[in-house]
Amino acid sequence: MQKNIKLMQGNEACVEGALAAGVTFFAGYPITPSTEIAEILAMRLPKIGGKFIQMEDEIAGMAATIGGSLAGHKSMTATSGPGLSLKQENFGYALMAEIPCVVVDVMRGGPSTGLPTATSQEDVMQARWGTHGDHAVIALAPYSVQDTYYTTIKAFNLAEKYSMPVLVLLDEVIGHMREKIEIPEKIEGIEPRKTPNGDKENYLPYEAAPDKGPILAPFGSGYRYHVTGLAHDFTGFPTTDAKKVKYLKDRLRDKVYKNLDDIVEVEEINTDDIDLLVVAYGSISRSAASAVEEAREAGLKVGLLRLKTIWPFADMYIDKYADKVKAMIVPEQNQGQIVYEVERVVAGRAKVYAENRYDGELMTPQQILDRVKEVYTNA
Amino acid sequence: MSTQIRLSGSGGQGMLLAGIILSEAAISEEKNAVQTQSYGPEARGGASKSEVIISDDEIAYPKVTVPDVMLALTQEAYEKYAVDMNDNGTLVVDESITLSGNDKCKVISIPIIKSARDDLGRIIVANIVALGALVKASSIVNEEALLAAVLKRVPKGTEELNTKALQTGFMLVANK
Repeated sequence: MQKNIKLMQGNEACVEGALAAGVTFFAGYPITPSTEIAEILAMRLPKIGGKFIQMEDEIAGMAATIGGSLAGHKSMTATSGPGLSLKQENFGYALMAEIPCVVVDVMRGGPSTGLPTATSQEDVMQARWGTHGDHAVIALAPYSVQDTYYTTIKAFNLAEKYSMPVLVLLDEVIGHMREKIEIPEKIEGIEPRKTPNGDKENYLPYEAAPDKGPILAPFGSGYRYHVTGLAHDFTGFPTTDAKKVKYLKDRLRDKVYKNLDDIVEVEEINTDDIDLLVVAYGSISRSAASAVEEAREAGLKVGLLRLKTIWPFADMYIDKYADKVKAMIVPEQNQGQIVYEVERVVAGRAKVYAENRYDGELMTPQQILDRVKEVYTNA
Repeated sequence: MSTQIRLSGSGGQGMLLAGIILSEAAISEEKNAVQTQSYGPEARGGASKSEVIISDDEIAYPKVTVPDVMLALTQEAYEKYAVDMNDNGTLVVDESITLSGNDKCKVISIPIIKSARDDLGRIIVANIVALGALVKASSIVNEEALLAAVLKRVPKGTEELNTKALQTGFMLVANK
């Protein structure tokens, strides 16, 4: 067997990616289909001097993840849809207080406890709007075991760079599927935890340029500051000064939306000279890739746009194709969520169709191919 | 070339491990392999399946749609999962299974569970016997690569038993 080529589950690859990115703290509460992430980190973290803690529930798991990060550790938690619901309050706190950390959601069928062992993509809107109030969010969705490895590394890098929690949306198929992965000897470009180097007396933790995250000193490093979920000024203490509140809220938005080129990633497959575009993400984008290949063989001009960043939404890519194609099809493992984002950007320039499956089984390439042929004929 | 394989039995019979071993054997031969499973919330019992796709090319859709090669160790698994077999495929079943008579594919009925229990003395190796039989019947991977993959995955101290189990599987099909 070649060096570093292994058969691995998506959840295992997520752990390997996290370790490569420098995770040293995990707090969480096990839930199918994410449990392997906690299980493997419980074994691996103590060996590298890191800490694993199983908390009393998901709420505490998110809280401890925030604490671990404030203490200077690259921190993460992992859960599934029901657990993400519980984490939302503290997730919002981490957004407001700008705590870098990674939250993995291995999606299963919902609502409520739903279908623990079956796949879904039903949490994409929960990822966007699960916590209250205006906020920007970053959510990434890998489509293979190898991609899960790199996507998890990217999630940690973005979390550190923009000083915020970043979501990784796996689904049951990607989390539990085993396939070939090559783990590189060395990973370049790991974003380190930033630390302030100014004078300790006049430290302003939340002073940051309008499109950047702050540099928060690790607790215990001698810098004294306040962390709160309340709107705050540069000192970190609460304020209701309208000007300061607006600066903070604009910055929380703009550090994401003014850096779209750095954050948003897609794959454009067979998209030269097309009449029809399939837009898909996660496991279902594999069904879509098979369908598009078959459609091409049948002489249909069909391409695939694979979204690897779900939030912020890839407006610029949808926009690029909206004038070029007659129609877009958005297959999803839910009753239609991202399709509305596509419709928003397309704004009537092309027809947009949803294709859905939400019974726990992965959509087949045939279902997408049938829809492609139907739309193609009527377009 | 792409081969779709489905391994089915009841939960706890080691179908998942068999699927992992088969995938690792394929990868050691520098092929691509994807392994998936379906299971309910229960830990033991119920019909369980593990699926493997082995291909020389990239594998996009990871699930099996029409199995080319299939194993069924229980009546329930046979009835539930053998219905969409490829007509030109190969189905290996335990001899305890009553066949419907409707299978169009090649069916090989052999005493997998009995051999593991009575000849090898450990029913737990039925999955390895089955894996040997399946590979002998289909040549989806090389027999030496399969043995190496088995030995890599089984607990220390059970290498001899599992080697014997694999060879028993090979023999059951060779002598058929």
